[in-house]
Amino acid sequence: MFKILEAEVLADKTYKMVVEAPNVAHACEPGQFLIVRADEESERIALTICDYDREKETVTIVFQTIGESSYKIAEKKAGDSFIDVVGPLGNPAEYVNEPIEEVRKRHYLLVGGGLGTAPVYPQAKWLKEHGVDVDVIIGTRNHDTLIMEQEMIDAVGEEHVFVTTDDGSYKRHGMVTAVIEDLVKNEGRKYDRCVSIGPMIMMKFCVKMTRELGIPTIVSMNPIMVDGTGMCGACRLVVGDEVRFACVDGPEFDGFKVDFDSAMKRMKLYKSEEGRRLLAYQEGSTHHGGCGNCG
Amino acid sequence: MAIEVDMMKKVPVAEQDPLVRARNFDEVCLGYKEEEARAESTRCLQCKNPKCVEGCPVRIDIPGFIEKLKEGDNAGAYEIISEASSLPAVCGRVCPQETQCEGNCIRGIKGEAVSIGKLERFAADWAREHGINPVKKTSGNGRKVAVIGAGPSGLTCAGDLARMGYEVTIFEALHKAGGVLVYGIPEFRLPKDEVVAREIENVKALGVEIKTDYIIGRSETIDELMEDQGFEAVYIASGAGLPMFMHIPGEQALGVYSANEYLTRANLMKAYREDYDTPINKGQKTVVVGGGNVAMDAARTALRLGSDVTIVYRRSEKELPARAEEVHHAKEEGIRFALLTNPVEILEDEEGLVKGIRVIKMELGEPDASGRRRPVEIEGSEYEIECDTVIMALGTTPNPLISSTTDNLETNKRKCIVADEENGATSRPGVFAGGDCATGAATVILAMGAGRKAARGIDDYLNGRQ
Repeated sequence: MFKILEAEVLADKTYKMVVEAPNVAHACEPGQFLIVRADEESERIALTICDYDREKETVTIVFQTIGESSYKIAEKKAGDSFIDVVGPLGNPAEYVNEPIEEVRKRHYLLVGGGLGTAPVYPQAKWLKEHGVDVDVIIGTRNHDTLIMEQEMIDAVGEEHVFVTTDDGSYKRHGMVTAVIEDLVKNEGRKYDRCVSIGPMIMMKFCVKMTRELGIPTIVSMNPIMVDGTGMCGACRLVVGDEVRFACVDGPEFDGFKVDFDSAMKRMKLYKSEEGRRLLAYQEGSTHHGGCGNCG
Repeated sequence: MAIEVDMMKKVPVAEQDPLVRARNFDEVCLGYKEEEARAESTRCLQCKNPKCVEGCPVRIDIPGFIEKLKEGDNAGAYEIISEASSLPAVCGRVCPQETQCEGNCIRGIKGEAVSIGKLERFAADWAREHGINPVKKTSGNGRKVAVIGAGPSGLTCAGDLARMGYEVTIFEALHKAGGVLVYGIPEFRLPKDEVVAREIENVKALGVEIKTDYIIGRSETIDELMEDQGFEAVYIASGAGLPMFMHIPGEQALGVYSANEYLTRANLMKAYREDYDTPINKGQKTVVVGGGNVAMDAARTALRLGSDVTIVYRRSEKELPARAEEVHHAKEEGIRFALLTNPVEILEDEEGLVKGIRVIKMELGEPDASGRRRPVEIEGSEYEIECDTVIMALGTTPNPLISSTTDNLETNKRKCIVADEENGATSRPGVFAGGDCATGAATVILAMGAGRKAARGIDDYLNGRQ
């Protein structure tokens, strides 16, 4: 069992937990993820590693509720436990294993969209701690859905953090792509690498922009997964002309080569069934099919 | 009532009615009752030079245990089997006996072979039902060995090493021990709680520790296990790995599964049970591509989830690699076979959902490298099969996790770990490997045989005999 030490609500349907997981905490690096199972009947849910503490042997996860199993994870309180936490999974970010002198020659632009802000955080922190120049863009729907702004500012400095909201309710107004364009074209900033993590549609458009600007871009893919260890093949993606697996070949890939359209299509597969199961779980014995017409 | 035995024929075994079982996940074969097992045991000729044993990858003393059954000493029979096999209730159910022990049976020359698999199963089930635990804990020698993967190969190796006195830890990546026995082979062929879990408990009773949720290659490397954690030897039995696809148009469509994914959802994650959260696409019409045991398992699982099922296989019936019993059961249950047929494209609708599969008829040409006649396309014979789900059961490629994180571990051109067939030794001293990660996808019993040989290889290595 894996004990939950802290649990807090960050925003609507968005949660943060600190969990005891020595095997993950000892070894994880920016770019990797883990899998949680709330209880015996739950699915294996792939989640972002948002932070880790090697001494305390803890990891921090940030997630949103989508289906029944993630809802069960969210229902847990500090002091409760998960039946399974396994990781780290996937490969570390490419710079982790590169000679640090090479990495320091580059200027990094990190782009986090919505929940994607959470996995961007350990990357920003790692790069800053290793003396690498880094700017961070956080994109979110509105002020209420914004997460981790202060942590990001503490990690890389206020002048390097750019927040934008879709509705203009906080700081900049508009999509992350507009901020990228503004920083490069109007403020004359130069970037040698972009790391973009967020909803697939955001990453797709982000890559469109960075391609125009000539900035090589890494994206972190989060397709449907089952085992997450290189066995089931559910997380397959088309990258270049090849079939690649996010769990063992990724999750980070060359954004210029990822076929986002087919990846987005595959995400739809279980939407309706997951929704129905979530409804049945929330409504318990009062659930007769969810139509609202019974009785 | 005594059972009349026709010496030329196997004593028949009870099975669930095909039409009933096609709608449930309960075990298909009900196994011999005691008097049936006793009757079948009289068919064994007790050969002085038993060919059946030669056909068994773990060399069970087959005439020996059958003689015990004949004498009515079921516990004695189980004891003999247990000396050679850690998982007899599993093997009695899933071994391809017709190409191993039973394939060599002298009785089989004129009539039907002795039903060795069913007798093995009977002895193992009887022992379990009577609470007989085969194993005595040996006093430890204090030397630590790590095993990577709690599938059939790892469990066998760990069990054998523990019997020799080693302190064995198995590291398992998934949340449950058993490997393919829990994620791959379906409940209706191999019950998980009664059979698999119990046999794993028997291995643990030998003193083997199993750490689940533990990924070697990520949490720790092989080198760290040996340098920091004091393991003197490591046996890698990490299994087959990632599914292969055909690289035909439409493979990314919604409703195309690998058999690994489909079976993992159904078996390990228990998608067929209402009380589990796991979603699975319960198709109306399913096409399974492939002809091995995994294809049969996927097809019969889809059938039980309520789908109409067609198996598409590019060679003829004779070349089907699946166990004869699985093919027979699949047919009985109403699964259709489109043989000498190969997919060329998966068709999808505007939403991206599978709506059919375009296939082409094949004929057999000259034998290829595998010795089987190579299927050749018949020009102009393409047609479409309507379906909403396609399951690809085409085999696997090795998981790169361990080979890519272990220096100087030699792999071959298929990316399998190179291991000595006799003792499992790899290019790294102290590191052994076997099962699917070394051979590519094969059978449970071959993986167990490799685990057994590696246990002896490790013992020799650690005692300077090699």
